[in-house]
Amino acid sequence: MSTATMALSSTQIQRSPRHTATIYLKEAKYEFLKNLRLRVYTASVLSFPIMFYVLFGLVLNSHQAIGATSIPKYLIATYGTFGVMGASLFGTAAGLASDRGLGWLQVKRASPMPPFAYFAAKVITSMIFSMIIVLALFTLGITLGGVRMPLADFAKVLGTLALGSVPFSAMGLALGYFTGPNSAPATINLIYLPMSFCSGLWVPIMFLPQVVRKIALVLPPYHLSQLALGIVGGGQHESNVAHWEVLAAFTMICLGVARIGFQRDQGKLYG
Amino acid sequence: MITTSVATLEQPQHADAVNSKLVVASLEGVNKNYGSVRALRGVDFRVRAGELVALLGPNGAGKTTAVKLLLGLLQPNSGRARVFGGDPTNPENRMRTGAMLQVGRVPETLRVREHIDLFSSYYQKPMAPADVLAAAGLEKVSDRKFGDLSGGQRQRVLFALAICGDPDLLFLDEPTVGLDVEARRMVWDEIRRMVSRGKTVLLTTHYLQEADALADRVAVIHQGEIIAQGTPAEIKAKTAGKRIRCITSLSLNILRQIPGVTEVKEDREAIEIHAVVAESIVRELLARDAGLSGLEVSSAGLEEAFLALTQDTPREENHSN
Repeated sequence: MSTATMALSSTQIQRSPRHTATIYLKEAKYEFLKNLRLRVYTASVLSFPIMFYVLFGLVLNSHQAIGATSIPKYLIATYGTFGVMGASLFGTAAGLASDRGLGWLQVKRASPMPPFAYFAAKVITSMIFSMIIVLALFTLGITLGGVRMPLADFAKVLGTLALGSVPFSAMGLALGYFTGPNSAPATINLIYLPMSFCSGLWVPIMFLPQVVRKIALVLPPYHLSQLALGIVGGGQHESNVAHWEVLAAFTMICLGVARIGFQRDQGKLYG
Repeated sequence: MITTSVATLEQPQHADAVNSKLVVASLEGVNKNYGSVRALRGVDFRVRAGELVALLGPNGAGKTTAVKLLLGLLQPNSGRARVFGGDPTNPENRMRTGAMLQVGRVPETLRVREHIDLFSSYYQKPMAPADVLAAAGLEKVSDRKFGDLSGGQRQRVLFALAICGDPDLLFLDEPTVGLDVEARRMVWDEIRRMVSRGKTVLLTTHYLQEADALADRVAVIHQGEIIAQGTPAEIKAKTAGKRIRCITSLSLNILRQIPGVTEVKEDREAIEIHAVVAESIVRELLARDAGLSGLEVSSAGLEEAFLALTQDTPREENHSN
């Protein structure tokens, strides 16, 4: 190989930062539009947490409280976590498994798209849908459930849950690399629904059996919900740092698994 | 001629190719296996600047594998794939390459113009969106969601995504599968226009007719090996053949001895004869069997053409099965 060829092989594309930013923005914009128009996605991801909240938080238990925290307020944190988890898992895993399994990702990979833009778009889209769900729960809680809290707390809950979409997006990427286009949604449900229950997202954690409460300690949604509950005064009073650490470690593990899948797809592990 | 700097191109290594143009894409001694299946075996293949090359072969011959290797989507088990003298995965090379692949599912909720807008954004100097829509014949459906398009329209969107970056090198994997005659002509015209503007095109097809209509050069691929390369006229001369079908009392052995007959087989109540030229054989048949009936003469299909080619080419292995 000539030196000219060698030099070329290591060249990176000289795109202006503005051009790169445009690509990332468009990738995210169209990923968002794609999911927004996908009825399967919006129906399951948006409507389930909202429906559950209306039923269990507003219709049935709205005048009760857990400690000093009213049920409508408490359930914003837990159904918020539930919604974030669903939006992120379905947004990343289902799309990635389908794109990978049915050839679309190859078309993208053959183009000069910066590979990271594809993943960033999925994570950003999941985060936006997560925020839409949490905002919808707040709107319902404030208007119909008498939820009142300082603006700073409201911002903290929203910010925490939005950031909480990152570990589940990472988990979605890992799942998307190791499931097929048809098996992805079922696999997600198989993990997502039991995990939500055991983490106390449907029935508050203190009402769950001892053994489930022990299991919850290793489940990421438990830790995210406790961070959100801590802000509204309904937490288990454990260390916030520990909650963040568990979520960070979980994110790293999932990204590691996703990376193995990514490299396998690039053909680097064979030949 | 292509107007790129010479430093980015690799000189052909064949002594007999000294006078030819620069090689912009090549497979060099490539073997590719999927598990125990040998998809490509010792493939040597070059595409030169400004050429329109057709990779012709039946389904499962290894055409798509060859394209994916040249796009850097697959890695060869041995040998190497080069594009513009470098690694196909090099982002700089991808910037100059467009690809149309066979896709199971394209995001269906995005509109045609949105798909084009996104892909155009990846490139430094994309074509104007209106030009892309016109080139692919999608003006009337630009606002439609991909999921609402017909099969032919979907195929044309994939073509639009391949050309929207105005690439120097275009890979088209079965570009006209599922297109009606009119749409096929339009894609052909657009491919010709790309070549007339100095672009290089590699397309795969299983239609001899398509390779004939478009290509400067055809490489015939069969069971993972390139078994013939040449101009369309050269390939046709090699693969030309006729199929004669009739009901006759003549025995298979007698038929086999008629000069020019390459193959004889029984097909239900009739006999099927393969031959290079039909006329002399038909004359002979009628002379020998006055009771001959149900005579049909047709051009040999591509499958027969491949058989003819595999038999003409000296081979290490027997692929008669």
